[in-house]
Amino acid sequence: MTTLTWRYRGGVAARAVAAIGGGYVLTATASALVALALPLPRADAVTIATLLSFVVYTCVILWVFATASALRAWIGVLAVSAVLGGILWLTGRLS
Amino acid sequence: MKEGLRQSMAWVHTWSGLLVCWLLLLVFMGGTASYYKHEITFWMKPELHQAADAPSRVTPAESATLAVRELQQRAPKANAWFLDLPHERNPLIYASWTNPPKKGMSREERRAAFRHQNFTLDPMTGLTTAAPRDTRGGEFLYRLHFDLYYMSAIWGRWIVGIAAMCMLVAIVSGVITHKRIFKDFFTFRPRKGQRSWLDAHNATAVLALPFHLMITYTGLVTLMFMYMPSPTKVLYGAEQNTMFSEVFPNAERVKPARQAAPLADIAPMLQQAERAWGEAPTRIVVSNPNDAHARVEMHRPSGQQLSNIEPTMIFDGASGALLSQAPPPSTTLAARAAIYGLHVAHFADTLLRALFFVCGLAGTAMVATGALLWGVKERQKYAKIVASGGRVGFGVRLVDALNIGAIAGLPIAFAVYFWANRLLPVELAGRSELEANAFFIAWGAAALLAQIRPTRGMWRFQLTLGALLLAGIPILNAITTDTHLGVTLFGGAGLRPVAAFDLVVLLLGALLGWAAWWLGRKANRRAAAGKSADIAQPSTLEAA
Repeated sequence: MTTLTWRYRGGVAARAVAAIGGGYVLTATASALVALALPLPRADAVTIATLLSFVVYTCVILWVFATASALRAWIGVLAVSAVLGGILWLTGRLS
Repeated sequence: MKEGLRQSMAWVHTWSGLLVCWLLLLVFMGGTASYYKHEITFWMKPELHQAADAPSRVTPAESATLAVRELQQRAPKANAWFLDLPHERNPLIYASWTNPPKKGMSREERRAAFRHQNFTLDPMTGLTTAAPRDTRGGEFLYRLHFDLYYMSAIWGRWIVGIAAMCMLVAIVSGVITHKRIFKDFFTFRPRKGQRSWLDAHNATAVLALPFHLMITYTGLVTLMFMYMPSPTKVLYGAEQNTMFSEVFPNAERVKPARQAAPLADIAPMLQQAERAWGEAPTRIVVSNPNDAHARVEMHRPSGQQLSNIEPTMIFDGASGALLSQAPPPSTTLAARAAIYGLHVAHFADTLLRALFFVCGLAGTAMVATGALLWGVKERQKYAKIVASGGRVGFGVRLVDALNIGAIAGLPIAFAVYFWANRLLPVELAGRSELEANAFFIAWGAAALLAQIRPTRGMWRFQLTLGALLLAGIPILNAITTDTHLGVTLFGGAGLRPVAAFDLVVLLLGALLGWAAWWLGRKANRRAAAGKSADIAQPSTLEAA
């Protein structure tokens, strides 16, 4: 039996949180932006954005586990969420 | 996880799959059964079988008139009437109604009252049939696969949603892991232990891969506005109900005028819809009957299109005049309805429905073989320890036990649910809840026994028990009702669902029996070969 190091376990836990929690926040922000950006009646926009959200979430989760390190995964998720969140906040202020 | 993409995806596939696989088995089995929930409900109400025996010769308009006449006597002041007319999958006329809610009535009380506000008519005689026994039938299995049980529906839906998301991740990562997905499908190496389980997992997964991907994604879509509310938040703010009325364009509820007006004859309205569609509506909803604001909605039978939104025609109930046809939804809304429709498969005819059922079984087999594969792989790490008289780790034992409890235990629970339907006294109070309890008592007992002794013997015991219980259902049906296979196979078309149910459970029982026999033969061979070390080994299905 190979024993797993605590460093490895910590990395897995960090990635899991980044994927599940961080990924959800990123997806929710991105979907909200898509819904706002689509030049369609709002019933259509909300439907398309929500339909796509599960595809986005899946991709984010897989990327978090595929990328080289847990740190990179966290930086990536946080940076993208921050940028998207910033745009969302700005559109809220401007409109 | 730090190696290549393929290795990291294999890791994600393993763990996202393993963590939820036992719940997924329940969801897959319940969902697969739900393709035939009407047939299951019909089988579970043997009191209705007699009336369905003779082929219906009355027209839809006559059926509707019969039902309305009965409703006028029983519930003239109802909020709404719901009529289901005979069609291919339903030989009888079902009618139910909702009363104006009384003050201080909880949702549960209203729901409980609604359960008694219905009747069934024999279209041949126009008389009400014998009152069927109190059972939730296929509806229980259908609700179970996304609401779970013994908890609020919201909790159940979130738990099942999380499991479905894990499943989606497992499917996509599983596909990425597979460099030879096409070639692997044609590879089966029997009697090679882990390889055989891997091949079986690949075959069941790849065979129905489009189905698995579709059913998982569309399952999430059925409740998507709950799982991902952020787009709704930014576009509608707090007015979530506005979104629902825009996205799900149902006929608007009309408030009663509180002014009596006799309901117009229903037959001409039905015939008008029939002329427009070329087929008669199968579902009719009358809101505010006998009121000046009465509305009659005619629903076109599903089966013409993927979408789950059936076209409707709305009539003024007092004058009988056509008010509107629901406008066609936008492309996006139609697409969503089609995605939703794919999941519930109301469109599927007999053959396609059977194919979906088989795909659902393949999905169950995929989850089961995947769960087994983990145990088989993990056990190899302990091979040396076990050979020198040691024990496998806690994780392997736990997974083995959960596998037995779910893979072999769940079929027992399903079978016990059907046995309880026939054996519990008909007049028992709270009967439908007891049937559901029987399901969970059986499952709980199987899971507990598996935890106490997760051995090969337990596998054989539970598989054999499941096989006997399932294959025994046709015999039980023959003893407890008059509509056994000898009658249903040669009777009218209305009894075909009963015959089909008996045959399918017999077949599933035979499959389980084969699995139990195969395990036993393997154990005997080992014993004959004198490999005593293997017999002492605690479990499992490894090294076929």
